[in-house]
Amino acid sequence: MRLGAQLRFLALGLMLALAAGFATPSSAQQINPTASAVKEQQFLDALKGNKDAELQGRITIPDGKAATLERPAGREWRAFHQGTMFRIAAIAVLGTLLLLTAFYLIRGRIRIEAGPSGRTITRFNGFERFTHWLTASCFIILALSGLNVTFGKAVLLPLIGPAAFTDISIIAKWSHNYLAWPFMVGIALTFLIWIKDNIPSGADLQWFAQGGGLIGKGHPAARRFNAGQKVIFWSVVIGGAALSLSGFYLLFPAYAGGVLNLQFWNSVHGIVSVLMVAIILAHIYIGSLGMEGAFDAMGSGEVDLNWAREHHSLWVEEEMRKGGVHKDPALQPAE
Amino acid sequence: MARVKFLCDADRCIECNACVTACKNENEVPWGINRRRVVTINDGKPGERSVSMACMHCTDAPCAAVCPVDCFYTTADAVVLHSKDLCIGCGYCFYACPFGAPQYPKVGNFGSRGKMDKCTYCAGGPEADLSPAEFQKYGSNRLAEGKLPLCAEMCSTKSLLAGDGEIIAQIYKERVVKRGYGSGAWGWQTAYKETIAI
Repeated sequence: MRLGAQLRFLALGLMLALAAGFATPSSAQQINPTASAVKEQQFLDALKGNKDAELQGRITIPDGKAATLERPAGREWRAFHQGTMFRIAAIAVLGTLLLLTAFYLIRGRIRIEAGPSGRTITRFNGFERFTHWLTASCFIILALSGLNVTFGKAVLLPLIGPAAFTDISIIAKWSHNYLAWPFMVGIALTFLIWIKDNIPSGADLQWFAQGGGLIGKGHPAARRFNAGQKVIFWSVVIGGAALSLSGFYLLFPAYAGGVLNLQFWNSVHGIVSVLMVAIILAHIYIGSLGMEGAFDAMGSGEVDLNWAREHHSLWVEEEMRKGGVHKDPALQPAE
Repeated sequence: MARVKFLCDADRCIECNACVTACKNENEVPWGINRRRVVTINDGKPGERSVSMACMHCTDAPCAAVCPVDCFYTTADAVVLHSKDLCIGCGYCFYACPFGAPQYPKVGNFGSRGKMDKCTYCAGGPEADLSPAEFQKYGSNRLAEGKLPLCAEMCSTKSLLAGDGEIIAQIYKERVVKRGYGSGAWGWQTAYKETIAI
């Protein structure tokens, strides 16, 4: 009978299966065909010694970046970017503003002690002022658009809503990307035209020892740039170079050589930027509100002789010898 | 609502790349972008291992944390999605992601990478469910149709599992107990800060 034959076949099959089950010990039943292959735990254990480890493999699609299976280093960058970086930036910017306010309230505006003389002396020529304002205007927009990346979503987003904030952020990103180039030109020109006046000298120590004339009375002698201005110069040149290099990699990620490098350059860019913002805030303060007569140097380029004598006595002596002092036209005798 | 997850049982993955193809086709993913990929470790050597990987829809997602315009949001099913209308293409999510999920349609000189694209767990985006605009920007919304992501649905060896995290973890546990071995739930410790205890 067909049915009987089928049943017998099934029974035979069952017996064979049972026999096989009894014949083989249970340990051999569970052969692991991939026993020698890497387990995720091994990778995670290896990470404990080297936080930057990446689990790399081979991939059949042309995108080489996709061959990285796991890269937990992103968490360290995230912690840095959302925690440490945020705090450093907040302290640097708000702290500087607070210090400057306190300084203004205590010290007040630094006046020309002898009063304006009415005679002027050329401090910066047209090309020097062009270089300054090229760098300065680019820096202000770069700083604001950069701060927007760190603080925008906490400060601006709740005020104007997501759609408007995205529009502003896109404009900010494009201006950041394009104004980076004239900024780099400005940094290079700054270095070239002012390096000769910014070589550190013995007089700088004296300037620091006297608190730069900011604290207490009296003005330490200085040549064309005093030690404080030299600090600004070198901060701008070195900081600007660091920002240019790190920014270049962020603009052209293909040259950075991997995400770990991009994380590094992004951290450098962020920290150097906020320190520069803090330094430049102080620079803006002392060049405008903080000191009578200082703005003229970068405004008209002509500063009052008494201001120059008080702040750059050695430089004035040199210029006097060259005959670079102008008389106030109003004081000239009528002919 | 369930907390949905992906789980790749790497002991079953045969590197057929059907998940990669399914994803590209289902979501009409732009040229050059692969939301899902299969990575083979120690290829051609004894004990090679293939793992299918995409966005893991992390708990406390790093991409969302670092986004300067807050374009990410998490759905009730714990799927991490983003708005391409708000994205400015800055690349920060790409720096932060442990799984290399965020990608950009253009190679990024001058930061002109275009809007970020990544796996949506076949759950579309912020537009109205199943609208043409949603499909055009984010691809399919299978979740709105009551279906699971296509990559997992059509995995030939059922290596890639998608669904309620607790249920797929239970399926994986039963497999490991039955066969006696398992290489771990790949990416779970990194994405969810937990693993499946057997």
